[in-house]
Amino acid sequence: MMNKKLRIGKPLIYLFLSIAVVMYIFPFFLIILNSFKSNGEILENPFSFPKTLNFGHFAEVIEKMNFKTTFVNSAIISVTSIALILLFSSMCAYWLVRNRNKFNNTFFLVLVAAMIIPFQSLMIPLIYIYGARLGLIQSMSIPLLIFLYAGFGSPMSVFIYHGFIKTIPIELEEASRIDGCSRIQTFFKIVLPMLKPTSVSLLILNALWIWSDYLLPSLILRQEQFYTMPIKMKVFNGTYMNNWELLIPALLLTILPLLVVYFIAQKSIIEGVTQGSVKG
Amino acid sequence: MKKKHLAGRIGNQLFFTTPTIIVFACTVLIPFAYGLYLTFMNMPNISSTLTFNGVENYITAFSDVKFWKALWLTVQYVLACVILVNVLGFGLGYLVTSGLRGQNFFRTALFTPNMIGGLVMGYIWQFIFVQSLPAIGQRLGIEILRLGWLGDATLAFLAMVIVTIWQMSGYMMLIFIAGFVSLPKDVLEAASIDGANGWKRMRYVTLPLMTPSFVITFFLTLRNCFMVYDINYGLTGGGPYQSTQMISMYIVQKAFQESKFAVGQAEAVILFIIVAVISVIQVNLGKRREVDA
Repeated sequence: MMNKKLRIGKPLIYLFLSIAVVMYIFPFFLIILNSFKSNGEILENPFSFPKTLNFGHFAEVIEKMNFKTTFVNSAIISVTSIALILLFSSMCAYWLVRNRNKFNNTFFLVLVAAMIIPFQSLMIPLIYIYGARLGLIQSMSIPLLIFLYAGFGSPMSVFIYHGFIKTIPIELEEASRIDGCSRIQTFFKIVLPMLKPTSVSLLILNALWIWSDYLLPSLILRQEQFYTMPIKMKVFNGTYMNNWELLIPALLLTILPLLVVYFIAQKSIIEGVTQGSVKG
Repeated sequence: MKKKHLAGRIGNQLFFTTPTIIVFACTVLIPFAYGLYLTFMNMPNISSTLTFNGVENYITAFSDVKFWKALWLTVQYVLACVILVNVLGFGLGYLVTSGLRGQNFFRTALFTPNMIGGLVMGYIWQFIFVQSLPAIGQRLGIEILRLGWLGDATLAFLAMVIVTIWQMSGYMMLIFIAGFVSLPKDVLEAASIDGANGWKRMRYVTLPLMTPSFVITFFLTLRNCFMVYDINYGLTGGGPYQSTQMISMYIVQKAFQESKFAVGQAEAVILFIIVAVISVIQVNLGKRREVDA
């Protein structure tokens, strides 16, 4: 079976995939290579190996980017909003699956349909409502941003949880109900632990866009002390235009956290995205 | 007893669904409805009082040549990316499920570009297009590489397409992998026994069975490409001379730099209608083609 599929011949497939891998990885390699070099070295030959391992530019960038604060901002925003998305969506999806009535079914349909609304058709009213009318953009930008992410993340997450909960047999919950547990206890003690694989998938899928999102935070976060990594990178890029010896270490530092996470958790990330997308 | 039961049910309903209803209504439903309302209003600046303006904003939007130019450019970009991302993603997915040794390594490596966001990715590729490729071109005397790609309208557009494919094909590959893995082995085997060769089996058995995967990948690529902003902003910044400015960047500029909020919103609503119509048609076509194994 497997041999028949490989008609083109294994060596050719290996060659093709290896070329693809080189092309997909090369930009990262190039950034690492050049992060140790001076402007002179970079301009002379971007592909040469650095003559010395100079960490000086990293130190400079960490200080100029205010790296610690920026990183903490990004982490707080991502972690809190993803936690809210997972909690709210799993609760909601559970209830919608187990209690089918007109209201719940309609609500589910509206949630799913909302997935086709592009962010561009929401951003102007959002700025108008939360900025000009309520003044929340000025007074509590980070909580507001978390709240917005919780909302934007919910349609897809409820949808994916919904698909998974449908496949869970109801008997387990009935047993726990007979033992005297309330619906709420049943959910948190029996159902939520069973949702773990889906929760991991959704954690990753949501983290991928929230951590790197630029447009929404650029509209909401006006004060520098609240900037997230992508916004800081944008400001940095504007300040040090074409000053590659600072820009490249800054780029590397911006992507490094996610690359480290990917390196550690690659297996569950690949599995999570694969599983999550099928249910979605 | 019955009353208590009912009260309990309502209490649970509220407990489980209210959080999502609130966040969803406040961030999507209400702004969406309010956005429609805004398109019929006159709004000289963000804090001015609204006055009724009829369909004036839509008329302005429809006669906005730059808007249609950005939209047409986006359509070309979407077409190029949707086709190439899916072809490449499908091909890679096929190859890394063919039972090779080290296929997990290939999957992991090919997905890596998805770890970085559009803006940073744009900056990284700026370095490649501005510094690295010209250096190769200079050395080897290849004229097309020596040119700064981002300084030329056509080449900058191509650069956008290349970078988008570079990132999204790995993601779509994973979705296709899930599809390939769940293909019913007995059907494929039966086709082989019936004498279907590699190409025929692909055309008449594998491709139809993969329709559900294509429904998802087309939906995701269409949506993401129509809404592209970060890559556009990071890589070309819309330049040179706004020649690569996609629709999303155009609306942001219209609303937040030129302060034409209501017109920008009307254009955003037009964008929504286009995206919605295409998505609905695409998903329905796909669902109709779905076959049971």
